[in-house]
Order: sequence, then C-alpha cells, then structure tokens
Amino acid sequence: MAEVWVDAGEPEDIDAEDVIRFDHGGKTYALYRSEDDRYFATDGLCTHEKIHLAGGLVMGTIIECPKHNGRFDYTTGAAKGAPVCVDLKTYPVKVEGGRLMLRVS
Amino acid sequence: MSVSATRRDYSLVGPEARTAVEKGLVSAQWYTCAVPRKQMKELMRRKDGPAIRDTALWFAGLAISGALAYHFWGSWLCVPFFAVYGVLYGSASDSRWHECGHGTAFKTRWMNDFVYNIACFMIMREPRIWRWSHTRHHTDTIIVGHDPEIITPRPPDVLALLLNLFNLKNAYGFFGKLFLHASGRLDAEELTFVPENEREKVYGVARIYLGLFALVIVACLYTGSILPAMFVGLPTLYGGWLSVYFGMTQHLGLAEDTLDHRLNSRTIYMNPLFRFVYWNMNYHVEHHMFPMVPYHALPALHEAIKADCPVAYPSTIAAYAEILPALALQLKDPTYFVHRELPRAAYVDAVAAQ
Repeated sequence: MAEVWVDAGEPEDIDAEDVIRFDHGGKTYALYRSEDDRYFATDGLCTHEKIHLAGGLVMGTIIECPKHNGRFDYTTGAAKGAPVCVDLKTYPVKVEGGRLMLRVS
Repeated sequence: MSVSATRRDYSLVGPEARTAVEKGLVSAQWYTCAVPRKQMKELMRRKDGPAIRDTALWFAGLAISGALAYHFWGSWLCVPFFAVYGVLYGSASDSRWHECGHGTAFKTRWMNDFVYNIACFMIMREPRIWRWSHTRHHTDTIIVGHDPEIITPRPPDVLALLLNLFNLKNAYGFFGKLFLHASGRLDAEELTFVPENEREKVYGVARIYLGLFALVIVACLYTGSILPAMFVGLPTLYGGWLSVYFGMTQHLGLAEDTLDHRLNSRTIYMNPLFRFVYWNMNYHVEHHMFPMVPYHALPALHEAIKADCPVAYPSTIAAYAEILPALALQLKDPTYFVHRELPRAAYVDAVAAQ
C-alpha cells in the first residue's frame, strides 16, 4: 500500500511538551511535541473510554488521559498501567517544508 | 403513583443498566466549561510539595493524637485524643484515598500509590476494587444502573444512611466482600467493572487485608484489651462520621441521569480545617468536570469556571438545609430531585445544544 502523508499544520501549532487534536478522514489523532522538539502522533482517543487525549497533560514522554488518569508513552503508544490496558496505535510524523506531515496509512 | 411503582433498580446488572445504554447515558460526552488550554495545563500541573506538606501534617496529627490517647488510656482524658485520631484515621483517609487514587495528589507516582494503599486500608476499601469502581463513577456519574457509588437510591434507604454515620453498614459489607475476594471470587456487579487481568490482584490483597485484621484481633486477645483495635480498625467506625458528613453533600438529592456535572454535584465553600481533612473535594463540580486537576488547584479552577456554574453553597449547613428536606420528599415521591439553577448564559447554551 502506498504511503499517504497528510498536512497536519505548522509545527509551531503545538507548544513544547504539549498535544493537539487533529482530525482527518473521519479519524481523530493526537499530535505531540516533546520538550526537545521531536514530533509524534497516536490515535486521538484513549483506549479505555474513548476520551480525547488532546485534553490531557503531557509530562515528559507521557500523555495522561484527562478523564481517568490512564497514561501512555506517546513515543511508543505503550499503556503504562490501569485503567488503560491496551496500547495506543502510533503514526509516523515528519517536518517537511515547514509543515508537519502525518502518515495516515 | 405509588412509591413502589416509581422505585428504580440501582444494581449494575439489572434492567436499568440496559436502559441507560439505550438512552445514550453510558460512557457519554459530558458538558465541560470552556477553559483556555494554557490555563488548563497550568491547573493540571502536578506538584509534590502541597501533598508532602499535607501528608506530613496528617501523619504528625495521627502520631501526636495517638500517643496522647495511648498515654491517657484508662481515663476519660483519652476520649478527645481518640476523637481527633479517629477523624484523622477514619475521615481524612477518605480524601487521601480519593485524590491519590486519581493519581493527582503528588507529582511522583509512587507517592500517590504509597499513600493510596495506606488510606485504602484505613478507610476499609480494597484498593483494586475501589480504583475501578471510582473510574466507573467518573465515567457514569449518578447514572442509574451504571454508577456503583450512588450513596442511596430513591426513595432513600434511611436506615443504611444512619448506620453509615459510623460506617457500620459499609464495614459489614467490606468484610463480607473481603471473604468473598479472598476465596477467589467477585460478585456479579464487580465483574462489570473490574477487568479480568486485575482480578488475581484483588484476591491477593483481600488475603493480606484479612491477615492484617486477624493480627489486630490476636493483639487484642494477647493483651486482653481492645486498645490495639482502637488504633487499627475501629477508628474507621468511630472516626468516619466527618467523611460521611462531607460525602453526603456531593450528589445527594440532585439529578440522576444527566450529563452535566453542574446539575448532579455540589460545590460548597468550607473553612480551611474542613478543606484540609477533605482535600478540597468541596469543589466537587470542578473535580468531576476536570478530574485531572489536583486538589490544590481546585480553588483556582473554581474561580475560572464559576460564572458558568450554579452558585456555590455558602456552607455545609446550607447544603444540608437543601439535602435533608429533599431526602424527606423523596421518601414520598422518589421522582423528586433538586433542580440546580444554571447561570442565564449557560442555560441558553444548554437549551440551544438540545
């Protein structure tokens, strides 16, 4: 299958150590910028109760769900303990031509 | 219509559980007040300092009141010290259990877990069961058939409420569940909210808890005195009244089956001593709307959203002036509840959204 990259906006749309929501093709994603200016993307909804992770708090490489304290490592998608038991799916991200590009397939 | 005709089924495995799903009330989208992202990030920011200070004060209070109670044991002078020790053990543990269970009290995770487990034992709540129960409470707050933490049904169970002023019914249920879990089983309701991979841990902790309470009984028998139980176990009963006094203000008498925490929760202004014991859970609308805001930031969150919320109650007495008549009315008419008045702008938005 061909790689499909979509324009997800400007890198500066995301503050350092923060997350934003990005919707595309009927799906919702969470885009992250780490403290050291690296970019990551995961599914946008918590695997526990489908809450938007973009409302949560980024601490280092951890994103915390704003509802139930479910925590994931957003660089790998790994669930870090109850109440989340299922990992997040991650997606490649790159900065190209001053734009943040997200690979959606 | 008779009271029995309007009585609802509050169990998590009855017909109301299905009805709530059909009505779209389960795992639903709840109303949230608008707070700018930068401000919300600041409010959610974790700190260790406030909780370390408050935990040190809490442990110091337990140690000093406990030492004086021990010193004066055998005379009436021990009573006030046991009263203080009991409230710190049986009531302050409730809010510590709660905040550390949310993982927000401390920045450092192991500190949350450490205090959570101590507080769970003090308040007689099994840590795994109550972590999952409270997770459900936040997903489906006061949704009949889904929320396992509804204090009393409509019409209210007055006997249970009175018994629980001293945690009597709760403690009876707690020990019954301990034996059940220690035997490697969960009840039908617990099966709905405790995931399969957590259940072995529940059984293990139940066995440890039974062992600890057995040790207290052995210590009482060995010393020929109730004194050991006055320090471990019984304080949950004789000192739990203040957490009940606080806890009953959170949702009682307000709307069921609504997706707006402003209509099913109360924010009450309290004095600093109450807020120390209760860890600011008097800001209960705020806590439910944004559960990842730590207790020490709830007053600031209250200031940020209060214009979009019903007016806060000026005191617990004012809250009870509403709650007790509401409960009395619900004895005759279980459909009765207190309608909270939303600010005009919020009301217009809510109607427009519908």
